[in-house]
Amino acid sequence: MPTIKVNIVTPDGTVFEGDRDMVSVRAQSGELGILPGHIPLVAPLSIDAVRLKKGTETELVAVSGGFIEVRPDKVTILAEAAELPSDIDVDRANAAKKRAEERLARAKQDNIDKKRAELALQRAMTRLKVAKG
Amino acid sequence: MASLRDIKTRINSTKKTQQITKAMEMVAASKLNRAQVLAESYASYAEKIRDVVASIASTNTADASHPMLEARSVKKTAYVLIFSDSGLAGGYNANLIRDFLAKMEERHSSSEDYGVIVIGRIGSELIKKRNIHVFGEITGIPDEPTFADIKKVTSQAVDLYAKEEVDELYVWYNHFISPIQQQVTETKLLPLSNLSEQVEVKQMYEYEPSAEAILEQLLPQYAESLIFGALLDAKASEFGARMTAMSAATDNAESLIDELTLSYNRARQAAITQEISEIVGGAAALE
Repeated sequence: MPTIKVNIVTPDGTVFEGDRDMVSVRAQSGELGILPGHIPLVAPLSIDAVRLKKGTETELVAVSGGFIEVRPDKVTILAEAAELPSDIDVDRANAAKKRAEERLARAKQDNIDKKRAELALQRAMTRLKVAKG
Repeated sequence: MASLRDIKTRINSTKKTQQITKAMEMVAASKLNRAQVLAESYASYAEKIRDVVASIASTNTADASHPMLEARSVKKTAYVLIFSDSGLAGGYNANLIRDFLAKMEERHSSSEDYGVIVIGRIGSELIKKRNIHVFGEITGIPDEPTFADIKKVTSQAVDLYAKEEVDELYVWYNHFISPIQQQVTETKLLPLSNLSEQVEVKQMYEYEPSAEAILEQLLPQYAESLIFGALLDAKASEFGARMTAMSAATDNAESLIDELTLSYNRARQAAITQEISEIVGGAAALE
Protein backbone atom coordinates (compact mmCIF):
# COMPACT_ATOMS: atom_id res chain seq x y z
CA MET A 1 0.00 0.00 0.00
CA PRO A 2 1.52 3.33 -1.00
CA THR A 3 1.93 5.94 1.68
CA ILE A 4 2.39 9.67 1.60
CA LYS A 5 4.99 11.70 3.49
CA VAL A 6 3.42 14.15 5.89
CA ASN A 7 5.17 17.19 7.34
CA ILE A 8 3.54 19.66 9.70
CA VAL A 9 5.78 22.70 10.06
CA THR A 10 5.44 25.83 12.22
CA PRO A 11 7.85 28.75 12.75
CA ASP A 12 8.89 27.01 15.98
CA GLY A 13 9.93 23.87 14.14
CA THR A 14 8.54 20.63 12.78
CA VAL A 15 5.60 19.30 14.77
CA PHE A 16 4.99 16.09 12.88
CA GLU A 17 6.89 14.10 10.32
CA GLY A 18 6.03 10.62 9.05
CA ASP A 19 4.42 8.37 6.44
CA ARG A 20 0.65 8.00 6.46
CA ASP A 21 -2.00 6.35 4.28
CA MET A 22 -4.31 9.32 4.10
CA VAL A 23 -4.57 12.90 5.28
CA SER A 24 -7.87 14.67 5.73
CA VAL A 25 -8.10 18.38 6.37
CA ARG A 26 -10.78 21.02 6.37
CA ALA A 27 -9.81 23.61 3.78
CA GLN A 28 -11.66 26.90 3.64
CA SER A 29 -13.52 25.62 0.60
CA GLY A 30 -14.48 22.30 2.21
CA GLU A 31 -13.20 18.93 3.35
CA LEU A 32 -10.19 17.52 1.52
CA GLY A 33 -9.04 13.90 1.69
CA ILE A 34 -5.59 13.36 0.29
CA LEU A 35 -4.27 9.99 -0.80
CA PRO A 36 -0.87 9.24 -2.31
CA GLY A 37 -0.58 10.40 -5.91
CA HIS A 38 -2.73 13.50 -5.49
CA ILE A 39 -2.17 16.32 -8.00
CA PRO A 40 -0.05 19.24 -6.75
CA LEU A 41 -2.36 21.55 -4.83
CA VAL A 42 -2.24 24.52 -2.47
CA ALA A 43 -5.21 25.41 -0.26
CA PRO A 44 -5.75 27.56 2.82
CA LEU A 45 -6.99 25.69 5.89
CA SER A 46 -9.64 26.43 8.48
CA ILE A 47 -8.81 26.19 12.15
CA ASP A 48 -9.56 22.55 12.82
CA ALA A 49 -8.10 19.14 13.52
CA VAL A 50 -6.06 17.47 10.78
CA ARG A 51 -6.63 13.72 10.64
CA LEU A 52 -3.74 11.44 9.74
CA LYS A 53 -4.69 7.83 8.94
CA LYS A 54 -2.40 4.85 9.06
CA GLY A 55 -3.98 1.39 8.86
CA THR A 56 -6.92 1.48 11.23
CA GLU A 57 -5.49 4.19 13.43
CA THR A 58 -6.24 7.87 13.15
CA GLU A 59 -4.17 10.60 14.74
CA LEU A 60 -5.41 14.13 15.28
CA VAL A 61 -3.30 17.27 15.14
CA ALA A 62 -4.71 20.68 16.07
CA VAL A 63 -3.81 23.23 13.39
CA SER A 64 -4.45 26.98 13.62
CA GLY A 65 -5.14 27.88 10.03
CA GLY A 66 -2.22 28.16 7.68
CA PHE A 67 -2.27 26.21 4.44
CA ILE A 68 -1.61 22.84 2.92
CA GLU A 69 0.77 22.14 0.08
CA VAL A 70 0.27 18.83 -1.69
CA ARG A 71 2.66 17.02 -4.03
CA PRO A 72 2.10 13.50 -5.35
CA ASP A 73 4.37 11.93 -2.73
CA LYS A 74 4.35 14.58 -0.04
CA VAL A 75 1.99 16.73 2.03
CA THR A 76 3.25 19.78 3.87
CA ILE A 77 1.08 21.75 6.26
CA LEU A 78 2.43 25.20 7.10
CA ALA A 79 0.70 26.81 10.06
CA GLU A 80 1.54 29.43 12.65
CA ALA A 81 0.73 26.92 15.38
CA ALA A 82 0.11 23.18 15.48
CA GLU A 83 -0.09 20.76 18.41
CA LEU A 84 -0.10 17.02 18.91
CA PRO A 85 -2.58 15.72 21.51
CA SER A 86 0.25 15.20 24.01
CA ASP A 87 1.34 18.86 23.73
CA ILE A 88 -2.04 20.36 24.46
CA ASP A 89 -2.69 21.99 27.79
CA VAL A 90 -6.33 21.12 28.40
CA ASP A 91 -6.78 23.53 31.31
CA ARG A 92 -5.45 26.39 29.24
CA ALA A 93 -7.66 25.52 26.29
CA ASN A 94 -10.69 25.36 28.60
CA ALA A 95 -9.82 28.76 30.04
CA ALA A 96 -9.33 30.20 26.54
CA LYS A 97 -12.67 28.80 25.49
CA LYS A 98 -14.44 30.36 28.45
CA ARG A 99 -12.74 33.70 27.85
CA ALA A 100 -13.65 33.69 24.17
CA GLU A 101 -17.28 32.85 24.95
CA GLU A 102 -17.51 35.71 27.42
CA ARG A 103 -16.01 38.07 24.91
CA LEU A 104 -18.42 36.91 22.22
CA ALA A 105 -21.36 37.53 24.50
CA ARG A 106 -20.12 41.06 25.22
CA ALA A 107 -18.91 42.13 21.79
CA LYS A 108 -22.11 41.95 19.79
CA GLN A 109 -21.47 45.13 17.83
CA ASP A 110 -17.74 45.48 17.51
CA ASN A 111 -16.78 43.52 14.43
CA ILE A 112 -13.05 43.08 14.91
CA ASP A 113 -13.37 41.96 18.52
CA LYS A 114 -16.11 39.59 17.61
CA LYS A 115 -14.11 38.07 14.82
CA ARG A 116 -11.06 37.68 17.07
CA ALA A 117 -13.12 36.04 19.77
CA GLU A 118 -14.64 33.68 17.24
CA LEU A 119 -11.21 32.65 16.02
CA ALA A 120 -9.97 32.19 19.59
CA LEU A 121 -13.03 30.08 20.38
CA GLN A 122 -12.41 27.94 17.32
CA ARG A 123 -8.79 27.39 18.27
CA ALA A 124 -9.75 26.41 21.81
CA MET A 125 -12.47 24.01 20.60
CA THR A 126 -10.07 22.41 18.13
CA ARG A 127 -7.47 21.89 20.85
CA LEU A 128 -10.03 20.34 23.18
CA LYS A 129 -11.31 18.06 20.42
CA VAL A 130 -7.81 16.89 19.59
CA ALA A 131 -6.85 16.41 23.24
CA LYS A 132 -9.88 14.15 23.77
CA GLY A 133 -8.97 12.17 20.63
CA MET B 1 51.29 54.28 47.25
CA ALA B 2 48.13 52.43 48.30
CA SER B 3 48.47 50.30 51.40
CA LEU B 4 48.94 46.55 51.17
CA ARG B 5 45.46 45.91 52.51
CA ASP B 6 43.82 48.25 49.95
CA ILE B 7 45.52 46.46 47.09
CA LYS B 8 44.55 43.04 48.47
CA THR B 9 40.89 44.14 48.67
CA ARG B 10 40.94 45.35 45.08
CA ILE B 11 42.48 42.11 43.87
CA ASN B 12 39.78 40.11 45.63
CA SER B 13 36.92 42.19 44.29
CA THR B 14 38.31 42.06 40.73
CA LYS B 15 38.57 38.28 41.04
CA LYS B 16 34.90 38.09 42.03
CA THR B 17 33.89 40.24 39.07
CA GLN B 18 35.94 38.03 36.82
CA GLN B 19 34.11 34.96 38.09
CA ILE B 20 30.79 36.59 37.25
CA THR B 21 31.79 37.71 33.76
CA LYS B 22 33.21 34.28 33.08
CA ALA B 23 29.94 32.64 34.12
CA MET B 24 27.96 35.08 31.96
CA GLU B 25 30.20 34.28 29.03
CA MET B 26 29.50 30.58 29.36
CA VAL B 27 25.76 31.13 29.79
CA ALA B 28 25.71 33.26 26.63
CA ALA B 29 27.65 30.60 24.74
CA SER B 30 25.15 27.89 25.59
CA LYS B 31 22.21 30.18 24.78
CA LEU B 32 23.85 30.98 21.46
CA ASN B 33 23.89 27.27 20.65
CA ARG B 34 20.21 26.94 21.38
CA ALA B 35 19.39 30.10 19.41
CA GLN B 36 21.11 28.60 16.39
CA VAL B 37 19.10 25.38 16.71
CA LEU B 38 15.89 27.44 16.82
CA ALA B 39 16.95 29.40 13.77
CA GLU B 40 17.50 26.14 11.91
CA SER B 41 14.06 24.78 12.68
CA TYR B 42 12.57 28.08 11.55
CA ALA B 43 14.55 28.01 8.31
CA SER B 44 12.70 24.96 6.98
CA TYR B 45 9.37 26.71 7.53
CA ALA B 46 10.52 29.93 5.89
CA GLU B 47 11.98 28.14 2.90
CA LYS B 48 8.80 26.17 2.32
CA ILE B 49 6.51 29.17 2.54
CA ARG B 50 8.79 31.17 0.23
CA ASP B 51 8.71 28.39 -2.37
CA VAL B 52 4.94 28.43 -2.49
CA VAL B 53 4.64 32.23 -2.53
CA ALA B 54 7.24 32.45 -5.28
CA SER B 55 5.57 29.82 -7.41
CA ILE B 56 2.23 31.59 -7.15
CA ALA B 57 3.73 35.01 -7.73
CA SER B 58 5.71 33.93 -10.77
CA THR B 59 3.22 31.68 -12.57
CA ASN B 60 0.00 33.63 -12.12
CA THR B 61 1.02 37.17 -12.83
CA ALA B 62 -2.30 37.94 -14.49
CA ASP B 63 -4.90 37.03 -11.90
CA ALA B 64 -2.80 36.93 -8.74
CA SER B 65 -2.23 40.49 -7.74
CA HIS B 66 -2.18 41.54 -4.13
CA PRO B 67 -1.49 44.89 -2.42
CA MET B 68 1.42 43.28 -0.60
CA LEU B 69 3.16 42.54 -3.87
CA GLU B 70 2.77 45.99 -5.37
CA ALA B 71 4.79 49.05 -4.47
CA ARG B 72 2.70 52.16 -3.88
CA SER B 73 3.80 55.76 -3.43
CA VAL B 74 5.36 56.14 -0.01
CA LYS B 75 3.89 58.62 2.43
CA LYS B 76 4.71 56.93 5.68
CA THR B 77 7.12 54.16 6.59
CA ALA B 78 7.14 51.80 9.55
CA TYR B 79 10.29 50.25 10.99
CA VAL B 80 10.41 47.23 13.24
CA LEU B 81 13.48 47.53 15.50
CA ILE B 82 14.79 44.52 17.33
CA PHE B 83 16.78 45.30 20.49
CA SER B 84 17.62 43.18 23.51
CA ASP B 85 15.92 43.17 26.90
CA SER B 86 19.08 43.31 28.95
CA GLY B 87 22.38 45.11 28.51
CA LEU B 88 25.95 43.88 28.96
CA ALA B 89 26.10 42.93 25.30
CA GLY B 90 28.80 45.27 24.06
CA GLY B 91 27.72 47.54 21.23
CA TYR B 92 24.70 45.43 20.35
CA ASN B 93 22.01 48.02 21.08
CA ALA B 94 24.16 51.13 20.63
CA ASN B 95 25.22 50.20 17.10
CA LEU B 96 21.66 49.55 16.04
CA ILE B 97 20.23 52.83 17.34
CA ARG B 98 23.16 54.85 15.97
CA ASP B 99 22.91 53.40 12.47
CA PHE B 100 19.14 53.66 12.51
CA LEU B 101 19.07 57.32 13.53
CA ALA B 102 21.73 58.22 10.98
CA LYS B 103 19.74 56.54 8.23
CA MET B 104 16.52 58.24 9.28
CA GLU B 105 18.23 61.62 9.20
CA GLU B 106 19.31 60.92 5.66
CA ARG B 107 16.10 59.36 4.38
CA HIS B 108 13.27 61.34 5.96
CA SER B 109 12.95 65.10 6.09
CA SER B 110 10.58 65.08 9.06
CA SER B 111 9.97 62.68 11.92
CA GLU B 112 6.31 62.53 10.88
CA ASP B 113 7.23 60.46 7.85
CA TYR B 114 7.96 57.36 9.84
CA GLY B 115 7.12 55.41 12.95
CA VAL B 116 8.58 52.45 14.75
CA ILE B 117 7.61 49.20 16.40
CA VAL B 118 10.12 48.35 19.10
CA ILE B 119 11.02 44.91 20.41
CA GLY B 120 13.14 44.81 23.58
CA ARG B 121 13.26 46.89 26.76
CA ILE B 122 16.56 48.65 26.02
CA GLY B 123 15.23 49.76 22.68
CA SER B 124 12.01 51.16 24.05
CA GLU B 125 14.04 53.23 26.54
CA LEU B 126 16.36 54.51 23.80
CA ILE B 127 13.46 55.46 21.53
CA LYS B 128 11.39 57.08 24.26
CA LYS B 129 13.97 59.85 24.67
CA ARG B 130 13.59 60.85 21.05
CA ASN B 131 10.81 62.43 19.13
CA ILE B 132 9.79 59.32 17.21
CA HIS B 133 6.28 58.00 16.79
CA VAL B 134 5.91 54.54 18.36
CA PHE B 135 3.22 52.31 16.84
CA GLY B 136 3.80 49.59 19.37
CA GLU B 137 6.33 47.88 21.55
CA ILE B 138 6.92 44.56 23.17
CA THR B 139 9.36 43.71 25.96
CA GLY B 140 10.31 40.62 27.91
CA ILE B 141 10.88 38.33 24.95
CA PRO B 142 12.22 35.03 26.30
CA ASP B 143 15.69 33.85 25.30
CA GLU B 144 14.17 31.07 23.27
CA PRO B 145 11.27 32.87 21.64
CA THR B 146 8.30 31.09 20.12
CA PHE B 147 6.18 32.54 17.39
CA ALA B 148 3.31 33.09 19.83
CA ASP B 149 5.54 35.44 21.88
CA ILE B 150 5.72 38.04 19.14
CA LYS B 151 2.49 37.30 17.26
CA LYS B 152 1.01 40.53 18.65
CA VAL B 153 3.58 42.84 17.04
CA THR B 154 3.90 40.89 13.80
CA SER B 155 0.15 41.09 13.24
CA GLN B 156 0.19 44.75 14.14
CA ALA B 157 3.00 45.49 11.70
CA VAL B 158 1.34 43.67 8.84
CA ASP B 159 -2.03 45.24 9.71
CA LEU B 160 -0.53 48.73 9.49
CA TYR B 161 0.48 47.97 5.94
CA ALA B 162 -2.78 46.23 5.01
CA LYS B 163 -4.82 49.20 6.25
CA GLU B 164 -2.55 51.55 4.31
CA GLU B 165 -1.51 53.46 7.40
CA VAL B 166 2.03 52.88 6.25
CA ASP B 167 3.25 52.21 2.74
CA GLU B 168 6.48 50.40 3.49
CA LEU B 169 7.62 48.12 6.25
CA TYR B 170 11.26 47.51 7.17
CA VAL B 171 12.91 45.51 9.90
CA TRP B 172 16.19 46.54 11.57
CA TYR B 173 18.24 44.04 13.52
CA ASN B 174 21.72 42.75 14.17
CA HIS B 175 22.44 40.00 11.68
CA PHE B 176 24.52 37.14 13.07
CA ILE B 177 27.73 36.58 11.13
CA SER B 178 29.85 34.95 13.82
CA PRO B 179 29.99 35.15 17.63
CA ILE B 180 32.42 38.05 17.32
CA GLN B 181 30.80 39.77 14.39
CA GLN B 182 27.29 41.14 14.04
CA GLN B 183 26.07 43.40 11.32
CA VAL B 184 23.29 45.96 11.63
CA THR B 185 20.93 45.02 8.82
CA GLU B 186 17.90 46.63 7.26
CA THR B 187 15.50 44.36 5.40
CA LYS B 188 12.46 45.46 3.45
CA LEU B 189 9.47 43.31 4.37
CA LEU B 190 6.57 44.92 2.56
CA PRO B 191 5.81 45.29 -0.24
CA LEU B 192 7.33 41.91 -0.98
CA SER B 193 9.63 42.27 -3.93
CA ASN B 194 11.68 40.11 -6.28
CA LEU B 195 10.22 36.93 -4.85
CA SER B 196 10.29 35.11 -8.13
CA GLU B 197 13.94 36.00 -8.67
CA GLN B 198 15.07 34.58 -5.36
CA VAL B 199 13.77 31.08 -5.83
CA GLU B 200 13.70 28.92 -8.88
CA VAL B 201 10.22 27.52 -9.26
CA LYS B 202 10.13 23.82 -8.65
CA GLN B 203 6.49 22.99 -8.83
CA MET B 204 3.24 24.07 -10.47
CA TYR B 205 0.15 23.85 -8.30
CA GLU B 206 -3.59 23.72 -8.50
CA TYR B 207 -5.08 26.44 -6.32
CA GLU B 208 -8.12 25.74 -4.23
CA PRO B 209 -10.24 27.87 -4.36
CA SER B 210 -8.07 30.41 -6.25
CA ALA B 211 -4.57 31.83 -6.35
CA GLU B 212 -5.89 35.13 -5.03
CA ALA B 213 -7.60 33.59 -2.03
CA ILE B 214 -4.38 31.79 -1.17
CA LEU B 215 -2.25 34.93 -1.47
CA GLU B 216 -4.75 36.64 0.81
CA GLN B 217 -3.83 34.21 3.58
CA LEU B 218 -0.30 33.33 2.61
CA LEU B 219 1.29 36.76 2.24
CA PRO B 220 0.45 38.09 5.73
CA GLN B 221 1.58 34.76 7.17
CA TYR B 222 4.80 35.02 5.19
CA ALA B 223 5.49 38.63 6.18
CA GLU B 224 4.88 37.81 9.84
CA SER B 225 7.17 34.84 9.69
CA LEU B 226 9.93 37.06 8.25
CA ILE B 227 9.77 39.24 11.36
CA PHE B 228 10.06 36.14 13.51
CA GLY B 229 13.04 35.03 11.44
CA ALA B 230 14.73 38.39 12.01
CA LEU B 231 14.08 38.04 15.75
CA LEU B 232 15.74 34.63 15.86
CA ASP B 233 18.72 35.98 13.95
CA ALA B 234 18.88 38.96 16.32
CA LYS B 235 18.75 36.65 19.36
CA ALA B 236 21.73 34.69 18.06
CA SER B 237 23.57 38.00 17.53
CA GLU B 238 22.66 39.15 21.03
CA PHE B 239 24.17 36.08 22.65
CA GLY B 240 27.19 36.28 20.37
CA ALA B 241 27.70 39.93 21.31
CA ARG B 242 27.22 39.19 24.99
CA MET B 243 29.62 36.27 24.85
CA THR B 244 32.29 38.43 23.20
CA ALA B 245 31.73 41.35 25.57
CA MET B 246 31.94 39.09 28.61
CA SER B 247 35.01 37.33 27.32
CA ALA B 248 36.71 40.73 26.84
CA ALA B 249 35.63 41.70 30.36
CA THR B 250 37.14 38.49 31.74
CA ASP B 251 40.42 39.19 29.93
CA ASN B 252 40.48 42.76 31.21
CA ALA B 253 39.91 41.54 34.75
CA GLU B 254 42.78 39.09 34.30
CA SER B 255 45.25 41.81 33.23
CA LEU B 256 44.03 44.11 36.01
CA ILE B 257 44.62 41.35 38.55
CA ASP B 258 48.14 40.84 37.13
CA GLU B 259 48.92 44.53 37.46
CA LEU B 260 47.54 44.73 40.97
CA THR B 261 49.43 41.62 42.04
CA LEU B 262 52.63 43.19 40.72
CA SER B 263 52.13 46.39 42.67
CA TYR B 264 51.11 44.34 45.73
CA ASN B 265 54.39 42.43 45.55
CA ARG B 266 56.37 45.64 45.04
CA ALA B 267 54.73 47.22 48.05
CA ARG B 268 55.42 44.12 50.12
CA GLN B 269 59.06 44.09 48.98
CA ALA B 270 59.44 47.79 49.77
CA ALA B 271 58.03 47.23 53.24
CA ILE B 272 60.48 44.38 53.90
CA THR B 273 63.44 46.38 52.57
CA GLN B 274 62.47 49.29 54.76
CA GLU B 275 62.22 47.07 57.82
CA ILE B 276 65.66 45.53 57.17
CA SER B 277 67.32 48.92 56.70
CA GLU B 278 65.68 50.12 59.89
CA ILE B 279 67.07 47.13 61.79
CA VAL B 280 70.52 47.55 60.23
CA GLY B 281 70.40 51.27 60.97
CA GLY B 282 69.34 50.60 64.55
CA ALA B 283 72.14 48.05 65.08
CA ALA B 284 74.74 50.46 63.61
CA ALA B 285 73.64 53.19 65.99
CA LEU B 286 74.24 50.89 68.99
CA GLU B 287 77.87 50.12 68.08
